[in-house]
Amino acid sequence: MANMVNIFLFGKKYEVPDNLTIMNAMEYAGYQLVRGCGCRNGFCGACATIYRIKGDKELKACLACQTKVEDNMYIATLPFFPLVKQVYDINKVPVTETVMMQLYPEIYACIGCNACTKACTQELNVMQYIAYAQRGDFEKCAEESFDCVMCGVCSSRCPAGISHPQVAMLARRINGKYLAPDCGHLNDRVREIKDGTFNELIEALMQKPIDEMKELYNTREIEK
Amino acid sequence: MYSEKFQKSIALVEAARAKNIALEPARMTAQQKTDLLAEYHPDYKQDEFELLAIGPNKGDKVPKELAATLQAHSRICPNCVDLENPDYDVDVLVIGGGGAGSSAAIEAHEAGANVMIVTKLRIGDANTMMAEGGIQAADKPNDSPAIHFVDAFGGGHFAAKRELLQKLVCDAPEAIKWLSELGVEFDKTEDGTMVTTHGGGTSRKRMHAAKDYSGAEIMRTLRDEVLNRNIPVVDFTSAIELILDENGNAAGAVLLNMETKELLVAKAKTVIIATGGAGRMHYQGFPTSNHYGATADGLVLGYRAGAKLLYAETLQYHPTGAAYPEQIFGALVTEKVRSLGAKLVNVNGEVFMHPLETRDVSAASIIRECSTRGNGVETDQGLAVWLDTPMIEAIGGEGTIEKRIPAMMRMFGKYGIDIRKEPILVYPTLHYQNGGLDITPDGMTTNVKNLFVAGEAVGGIHGKNRLMGNSLLDIIVFGRIAGKSAGAVCKNVTVGKLTLDHVAKFEKEIADAGIVTDAVSPKLLPDYTRKVNG
Repeated sequence: MANMVNIFLFGKKYEVPDNLTIMNAMEYAGYQLVRGCGCRNGFCGACATIYRIKGDKELKACLACQTKVEDNMYIATLPFFPLVKQVYDINKVPVTETVMMQLYPEIYACIGCNACTKACTQELNVMQYIAYAQRGDFEKCAEESFDCVMCGVCSSRCPAGISHPQVAMLARRINGKYLAPDCGHLNDRVREIKDGTFNELIEALMQKPIDEMKELYNTREIEK
Repeated sequence: MYSEKFQKSIALVEAARAKNIALEPARMTAQQKTDLLAEYHPDYKQDEFELLAIGPNKGDKVPKELAATLQAHSRICPNCVDLENPDYDVDVLVIGGGGAGSSAAIEAHEAGANVMIVTKLRIGDANTMMAEGGIQAADKPNDSPAIHFVDAFGGGHFAAKRELLQKLVCDAPEAIKWLSELGVEFDKTEDGTMVTTHGGGTSRKRMHAAKDYSGAEIMRTLRDEVLNRNIPVVDFTSAIELILDENGNAAGAVLLNMETKELLVAKAKTVIIATGGAGRMHYQGFPTSNHYGATADGLVLGYRAGAKLLYAETLQYHPTGAAYPEQIFGALVTEKVRSLGAKLVNVNGEVFMHPLETRDVSAASIIRECSTRGNGVETDQGLAVWLDTPMIEAIGGEGTIEKRIPAMMRMFGKYGIDIRKEPILVYPTLHYQNGGLDITPDGMTTNVKNLFVAGEAVGGIHGKNRLMGNSLLDIIVFGRIAGKSAGAVCKNVTVGKLTLDHVAKFEKEIADAGIVTDAVSPKLLPDYTRKVNG
């Protein structure tokens, strides 16, 4: 059986079982969530939350759906944070650091405080990926930021006003589109399909009686 | 770290690991699969279903919970909505901000249409975001769209609408190329070759992935592109009824601001339903891997407006939902874990099936292991089997888990379980709505003009069971088709006088059928609050 703990939702005290996540604890307390709740599974970044344990100086950040409550936890959800998202045409962006200078020049005002990294709910090295972005090393920025759920907590802590998740988003798209090696077999297959290479095979399948389809399926060779 | 009560079983799993890795378990025969499903798959539990009493599918069998929501009252009184002064007037109204809706919006915009997305939560709060394992496409030299077709058709029990499946498999490589050109980072080797694996029921390794954030990577890229195109996204606003025009064609929707409860009217030349799935309906009491808003809204909207459903009686229970710890109960453990070599093992450390049977067969097999065979592991939430994740590192080398399935490592790591060293407990979780609204290959419903559907709200693409990686594929392929079609069709549409008569008519059908209910639908969100006043 779970023990009960005291938590403080936006400062107000509630007694909840200690085996609940923060999100479930809010629902246990009676909140019907609309904001601050998306996938409930750690992927969407909707439930960014900041908290402090009473007596502790450090302000911590987490995803409410992925974090258990603790006794004397002071909780404030951050269901929206005004990130700056610059609009651009992915087909026309320069593939050098110039693009960062044009769209997100504030990254060059980073003072190296590392508050972003300390706050990251995914434990990413946020300041490091911003450093890669500054240098136009988009491949490394993409790799370092890959697990970002764009919850925005990093930006809420940034004295330079950087919208880290949007910077990383741009870097990943540039990397995926321009820097990652082109895929030969994919291009070949797209061309073959356009040329009608498989039309006859597919047409035969469209007409085949169900019994023959079953036979085909049940005896098909499976790659090891 | 697992508590004491699991240690005995873990010791058996560990002792048998080397032997289990070497083992190549036999695949089941067609007859064995049929028998297993009939006895253990939730879709075959007759008393969990009921026949629809009204509407286009009157007499058809659907899950009880779906019947209740399809035959519930409207949230509005049809005469109380002012249709004369719409708040929005667009060419293409996309309902839903997931992968299908976003793809559709991008293509409709590309076609020159004035397009708008309305979404219940935020753009990207969708099952797409949570898809982990990957996306299928037959783009390797040993593979072909025809082989992909056979895999999917057989896996779906030979029930798919072939003309839809043809689109799915033939447009798949182009879909991957489109995503790549938008900047989606697929796993590749240095020469550009896609890193592909098997999924349950595939006969070729055609699962493309972006680590185990495949859906998240696709979704955030599509969202970024929608925003770059300045396509309006009206968030925290749900569609609660379709609007038809006097000719019976789809012509917009009544919208509800989820926070202020304000009602708004959107007039449109074409409407695309891209509302996703239904996991939060918790059919048969199952937990779900789905996002918070997966409540079958699109099926309700379409059904009241007269659109037909296909295969709404078939649901997919993902074989490997997290069964422990309780905080992540029901969360998805990607099939990719098995693609990379982890096997399913019972309480005694025995491998009891081939790990890559199709999902329905795998789920039924786990349920059998935990029920009549009595080989389940007891947890506080029920029974479970082991998924022996340390096998992955033994086969693929140290570091494979961190590189290929970092989300899984993180999800369990938060609760002190290191999946590189310890196995995990799994049990089937409600994952996917195989059925949905019936469409033609251009994405339009079969019987309501100018109403298009894409993504999980469609029925018939996969038949009665879906293969891993064919859903991320279908949201892209059919999202794009719906967007292109609507973008073209809207140029020749003149909208007649707007009406909600169909809503009033449906209410009358409810009364005439003697259905007595307090329920309103669409459900919009599940209610997980503790009833503090008893």
